[in-house]
Amino acid sequence: MKLDLSGLQSFPSIPGSAVDDLGEDLFAAPSFQLPACSDFDGFQKDAIQMVKPAKGTTTLAFIFKEGVIVAADSRASMGGYISSQSVKKIIEINPYMLGTMAGGAADCQFWHRNLGIKCRLHELANKRRISVTGASKLLANILYSYRGMGLSVGTMIAGWDEKGPGLYYVDSEGGRLKGTRFSVGSGSPYAYGVLDSGYRFDMTVEEAAELARRAIYHATFRDGASGGVASVYHVGPDGWNKLSGDDVGELHYKYYPVAPTPVEQEMTDAPAA
Amino acid sequence: MALRRDWVYENNGGTCVAIAGSDYCVIAADTRLSVGYSIYTRDYSKICKLADKCVMASSGFQGDLKALQKNLAARHLIYQHQHNKQMSCPAMAQLLSNTLYYKRFFPYYTFNILGGLDSDGKGCVFTYDAVGSYERVGYSAQGTGAGLIIPVLDNQLKSPSPLLLPAKDAVTPLLESEAVDLVKDVFASATERDIYTGDKVEIVVINASGIRQELMELRKD
Repeated sequence: MKLDLSGLQSFPSIPGSAVDDLGEDLFAAPSFQLPACSDFDGFQKDAIQMVKPAKGTTTLAFIFKEGVIVAADSRASMGGYISSQSVKKIIEINPYMLGTMAGGAADCQFWHRNLGIKCRLHELANKRRISVTGASKLLANILYSYRGMGLSVGTMIAGWDEKGPGLYYVDSEGGRLKGTRFSVGSGSPYAYGVLDSGYRFDMTVEEAAELARRAIYHATFRDGASGGVASVYHVGPDGWNKLSGDDVGELHYKYYPVAPTPVEQEMTDAPAA
Repeated sequence: MALRRDWVYENNGGTCVAIAGSDYCVIAADTRLSVGYSIYTRDYSKICKLADKCVMASSGFQGDLKALQKNLAARHLIYQHQHNKQMSCPAMAQLLSNTLYYKRFFPYYTFNILGGLDSDGKGCVFTYDAVGSYERVGYSAQGTGAGLIIPVLDNQLKSPSPLLLPAKDAVTPLLESEAVDLVKDVFASATERDIYTGDKVEIVVINASGIRQELMELRKD
């Protein structure tokens, strides 16, 4: 049983040829192979539990006077095991648009790569860049068509288009929300706490970047599944630009400097007996 | 879940390690293949050469592993016919990612590491999860012994994160021979504590002069 997804990749299709001994047509348009079983949901549940894909995140993005700030941590964990401390959770779709990654690492990586292709094709067909609204809707429609199949994606699409800054939240349950302030992932409650208390629309880029960095740092401090490096990006009229990448282990000493403790009593040599 | 009538997976164990250097790449895997407490063979190679400068080491389920190797080999053959050149290691890395993801709903139960040289001649290691999320790293371990080996590699090789800004140089500071010795050491140690690792370790070294393979005996108990 196969799920047709012929739009995924353009590859010269020569029907009926090159079938290898695994019974797979190598020239056919890529498609998702499904297990031949009666209980698909149960199979999915067991299979996913067995392969334990990488998860756990804090990501945030907000619109302010000068554009959009996007920030994320960089940890991936499989259950209790930290499988990577250097994941690129902010995905560069094109020079004017960023996507963030929360949920299944493979699901996010693959569908953002796919979205990047679709956005480029839109650009070639229409001689202008796709809007953030359009791009987020492409992704939301794909994810909605796989609803109930166990995909796990929570993403923000942030960018600058003809109408100015744009920010959308898209998830694998089919949700798509327009907004000015979002945080996604297991560390999001902590990030929201910092973000909501410090947010003002008329911040400078430096103030906004500092707020984002502080929100990510405090999320990594309280959420075990978040950590690594806090990356901060800014999207303005001239496209995105990475502002900073700081190891949160070192940020800790920036936010909580070690105060020199006064010596209570100098140690003296023991008197000779 | 093994009681499901439609359950088609088995874990055959095995451990893979790879280290990238400035002008070389070391990829290694043990040669034991077991199911549960039984050892089926002591001489099963888990390493597959995909292109001139690209090698994959896999552990997990042998059936899926073999199917994946054949699939990639066939796709690489087509690529060679269409482009009249060998696929680069980063290109193969993305092909492997897509190949794994197209089986998202019926996964290949394999844990892979891809190693080789990139187009600048620098060593590269790509590490994967079973459904195709991947990342370029300086070193990696996958399989049943990974949890024992990764902390040792972190301790010996940990380099600044590539995400840092301003960026810091992140090349493994080891010489090729030192990297091979480190791989031998971590396998000898993993064999002491992991029942699925042992018998022999197959070490493949890729550098500008080509591919070299060596074998080292491990404990057989």
